[in-house]
Amino acid sequence: MNGKQISYLEASARKRLSGMVDAGSFSEFCPPEMRQTSPHLALLDAPLAFDDGVVVGRATLEGLPILVAAQEGRFNGGAVGEVHGAKIRGLLDKALIERPAAVLLLVDSGGVRLHEANAGLIAVSEVMRALLDVRQADIPVIVLIGGSNGAFGGMGIVSRCANVVIMSEEGRLAMSGPEVIETASGVEEFDSRDRALVWRSTGGKHRYLLGDCQRIVADDVAAFRQAAQEAITACRMQPVALTLEALEQEQDMLARRIERFGAMRDPLEIWAALGMSQPEQVPMLDVDDFINAAAPCRLGAQP
Amino acid sequence: MNWEKLTEALFPAGHAVTAQDDFLSGTALVGEQTVTVVGTTGHAAIGVEIALAQARTILQTVRDTPGRAIVMLVDTQGQRLRHRDEMLGINSYMAHLGKCVDLARRKGHKVVALVYDQALSGGFITSGLMADACYALPDSTIRVMGLPAMARITKVPEEVLTELAQSNPVFAPGPENYLRMGGLQAIWDSGAGLLADQLAQALRDAPSTDERSALGLARGGRRMAQRLIDAVISGSHVHVD
Repeated sequence: MNGKQISYLEASARKRLSGMVDAGSFSEFCPPEMRQTSPHLALLDAPLAFDDGVVVGRATLEGLPILVAAQEGRFNGGAVGEVHGAKIRGLLDKALIERPAAVLLLVDSGGVRLHEANAGLIAVSEVMRALLDVRQADIPVIVLIGGSNGAFGGMGIVSRCANVVIMSEEGRLAMSGPEVIETASGVEEFDSRDRALVWRSTGGKHRYLLGDCQRIVADDVAAFRQAAQEAITACRMQPVALTLEALEQEQDMLARRIERFGAMRDPLEIWAALGMSQPEQVPMLDVDDFINAAAPCRLGAQP
Repeated sequence: MNWEKLTEALFPAGHAVTAQDDFLSGTALVGEQTVTVVGTTGHAAIGVEIALAQARTILQTVRDTPGRAIVMLVDTQGQRLRHRDEMLGINSYMAHLGKCVDLARRKGHKVVALVYDQALSGGFITSGLMADACYALPDSTIRVMGLPAMARITKVPEEVLTELAQSNPVFAPGPENYLRMGGLQAIWDSGAGLLADQLAQALRDAPSTDERSALGLARGGRRMAQRLIDAVISGSHVHVD
């Protein structure tokens, strides 16, 4: 470590981007100067952002051409509205023309933006389909999750449509936020203030053990960068597009997960069942020790 | 409309659709063509099991009967809101279902969805919204979240949202708004004897590419999306009139 570690969790979308790609290589599409703001937020007198909370553009990563989107979690929790979603969709469509080595999505989002919920919901489904078009064209899509909003709602679904998910242990990947579940089903169902439980149930280490993320890294922009580069290389070794065989394997993996763990109440039980020797110590392990301890236990190990 | 009456009306030539709890599956005849039917009923909360059951039916169709059309019947209150589902990674189950629909489409299966009662949020995004084309019955409900809950989270007063919902399709529930935004291909006429023909037509017309943002622009319900997509692709400025 050379003392220049940058926390991915605390960095803005633009700061993450500048650390992720080759210096000076990034050029932005629909930059803030174009002031493409949300017409729906304006109607509600809600604050606007000139990039509508997502930065999209072209760059290189160790010389490889990539297209990249980074969601800004500080603006409306990175939530997807009409403009925000269309920028990501446009980027994915552009990949079909430019044929980069990969598309990187730096996800930091609570899901659909409720201020423009219907438009956001359709936009997320358009992003899902466009993402799978990119994979069909043999271009890998890599999702990075390590921001404070994690990847929830529609973006939790989009993330699992990618070839590879890279998370930090601070990253969270799930569907409904704990507050939503607590509101709907009661505090005894999910206590959203029990941060340790929230982390155990949705955080990077749990997802890595279950096989929902393929790589786990320290909370460091450079570590994400290196993992993204390795993931691009690893994707060359296997089919990038969806296949019937791969989806049948995923079907089996997800069915076995319910059979093995469906009656359990706490991720600690799952980690014990997977063979992690001291499950209660898992939260304390640094990322390298965790990866070593998880190696014989984790499910769905792929790239 | 309950699912029994619905399937009778959609498939007058016969069907073998059954319900196991809230999960619908089976085959049916559209004219002389056999189709796979998959869906949910009882305003199902989509948990990990029912997402996986729908995915299994679609994968079996792709493996065993290449090219057979798939009809998805949508009635869901959204994803199940339980700690257990989140712990098990319900987003992965939802994504898996969406990917299975996508694979079927790419392998030449026409996929048509019909919202016949309720469609909400996560239950809808990986079913109806992944089909080649999604339709709805006129008295169906489609939304992300009710206005009171939306008011709490956005901190915009409910009265303001209610008023805006009159003129702006982006918050208000209802199939007409999804139609205007391009999320629905059309709203069907649920008059006696008409559904079967509309389904047969939908299977013939199913678009193979995603035209929803262009529809949203043409119908005036989403005026920005297609322009932004075009601007990112071309690198040009966005034209807004």
